[in-house]
Amino acid sequence: MTLARDSIARAGRTSSAGLWTRIWTSRWCYLFMLPSLVLAGMFTFYPMVMSWYFSFLDWSGFTSARTFVGLDNYRELIGDPLFWDAFGRSFLFVIVAVPIRLVLALLVAILLNNQALKLAPVFRTFFFLPVVTTAAIVGIVMTFVLSPYRGPVNQALMGLGLIPEPIDFLGDPDTALWTVMAVEVWKNFGITMIYWLAALQTVPRIYYEAAKVDGAGRFQLLRYITVPMLLPFAAIIVLLTANATLHVFAIVQAMTRGGPYFATQVIEVYIYQTAFAADQVGGVPRLGYASAAGCFFGVVVMVIALLQVYVARKAAQVRAQLVNE
Amino acid sequence: MTLISVVLLAVCFVWVYPFLWMVSSSIKTNAEVFSGLGLFPKAIRLDNYVRAWHDAHIGDYFFNTVFVTVTSIVISVLAVSMMGYVLGRYRFPGKRVVIGLLAAAVFLPEGYTIIPIFDLINKLGLQDSLWGLTLAEAGGAHVVAILLFAGYFSQLPKELEEAAMMDGAGFVRIFWQVYLPLAKPVTATAIILQFMHSWNDFLLPLVLTLNKPELRTLSVGIYSFQGEYFTDWSGMAAAATIGLLPIIVVFLFLQRYFVEGIAGAVKQ
Repeated sequence: MTLARDSIARAGRTSSAGLWTRIWTSRWCYLFMLPSLVLAGMFTFYPMVMSWYFSFLDWSGFTSARTFVGLDNYRELIGDPLFWDAFGRSFLFVIVAVPIRLVLALLVAILLNNQALKLAPVFRTFFFLPVVTTAAIVGIVMTFVLSPYRGPVNQALMGLGLIPEPIDFLGDPDTALWTVMAVEVWKNFGITMIYWLAALQTVPRIYYEAAKVDGAGRFQLLRYITVPMLLPFAAIIVLLTANATLHVFAIVQAMTRGGPYFATQVIEVYIYQTAFAADQVGGVPRLGYASAAGCFFGVVVMVIALLQVYVARKAAQVRAQLVNE
Repeated sequence: MTLISVVLLAVCFVWVYPFLWMVSSSIKTNAEVFSGLGLFPKAIRLDNYVRAWHDAHIGDYFFNTVFVTVTSIVISVLAVSMMGYVLGRYRFPGKRVVIGLLAAAVFLPEGYTIIPIFDLINKLGLQDSLWGLTLAEAGGAHVVAILLFAGYFSQLPKELEEAAMMDGAGFVRIFWQVYLPLAKPVTATAIILQFMHSWNDFLLPLVLTLNKPELRTLSVGIYSFQGEYFTDWSGMAAAATIGLLPIIVVFLFLQRYFVEGIAGAVKQ
């Protein structure tokens, strides 16, 4: 065993050793990776491949009857207005909810990053609380709080004279999507705030002190030090936040189940309902068709993610230049 | 500073008001729930909890959730720490391929993988037990935890393992008795991330327990409660409170690791 360990160390350095020798001396490494790779294989890589296969099938899930139908599902998908509506809604969700979440979270993070603020950890805990809460619970709590029947939000708004009569926030197709977005921002705000706090802590204090000596004001510190230093992190944080928001599911399903009249049916809800809850939308389960929707959406997301990674790299280069100057 | 603190405190109160309202509703009568903005009930009613626990089977769902959460934590933290150890400390053929595969998995939408997972669990014959759900939860998004372990292990000094090798320790013992005990902070973070993932997950338990109400987790049980007992507001509030309290208690005790773990993911 000791010998094997020695040769692993050596194998790393000397590339002259044969590939098979290096693989053999690294056998413990492969053995150690096995549990994780088996899990990832079963629940990540296998599904990635099989989704594509399923997307070419006509398959209800009730029976084992699976007919190969080629690109039929995709052809139908392209002509399905419900799918495109859900697709568009997911992106609307991102375009509206992500910037709000990013900006609000950054503002609060800058406030909480102030060392003079003694209660900062307490505030941080409060803001983080909805993050650790199950979406199903948030769903119930929000139907309570937003209830048109004397729910606290309507009571408060009417008490302040802001609205003449109660609003059915989640039951009215005109308000449902915006309400769901607001709740989603509220629930996940804390994660983005923690991301920003982590990024802010990487900015060396000495930069601020030097700038202050040069007579920089509070706004100038923000404009010339904080913002440029945050740029590479901003790219990652935008990526993570947008990615999570594109995949929003539980919170919508728990609050509105995609309704009323499909008003909140985002893409993941569409996929779930097409595959597993067809009775909710009046139809039979269609696992193949839902897979096609998933694959199509997956490809679009991948392309966007790659673009974002590219932007993140660029931003990191900008920061590196700033630090060198 | 005092002004900022006061404003933030007010904002925080509004921020967590929905939870306070829920907990207070759970000890009110159904009639009293929608009687105003007040949080304090006239009399404390605990029968809501009894009703939720027994009649709505929240008790059973609670134990299902504990089972799935605990077993998936054990499985995933073991797998992830071993993976992180190898990636953090060794060079071997194929390492880049492994890292590339892991990175590709980060942006995978759940809706994209759920149908094959559902199919796989059925094929394995695990659809009538909680083990299928446990495995799927353990196999979920743990790339972040692998990276955290890899980063941590790569920084530990090499002298430790050389000393252990002098004493005749092999690969497994060096990991198990020398390095893993040193990685307590990362292990805590990994446990918390997996706890949050398994306890709060919705889509997987929903799909994997579709025809088996007795296997529901809290998440799915509370969701179904909403559909089945729509008018029992205080009962629902009690059910939701039962689901909420464990994670809040865990969070409050370990929040330092929570925050560091998530922050670490960005800095990586």
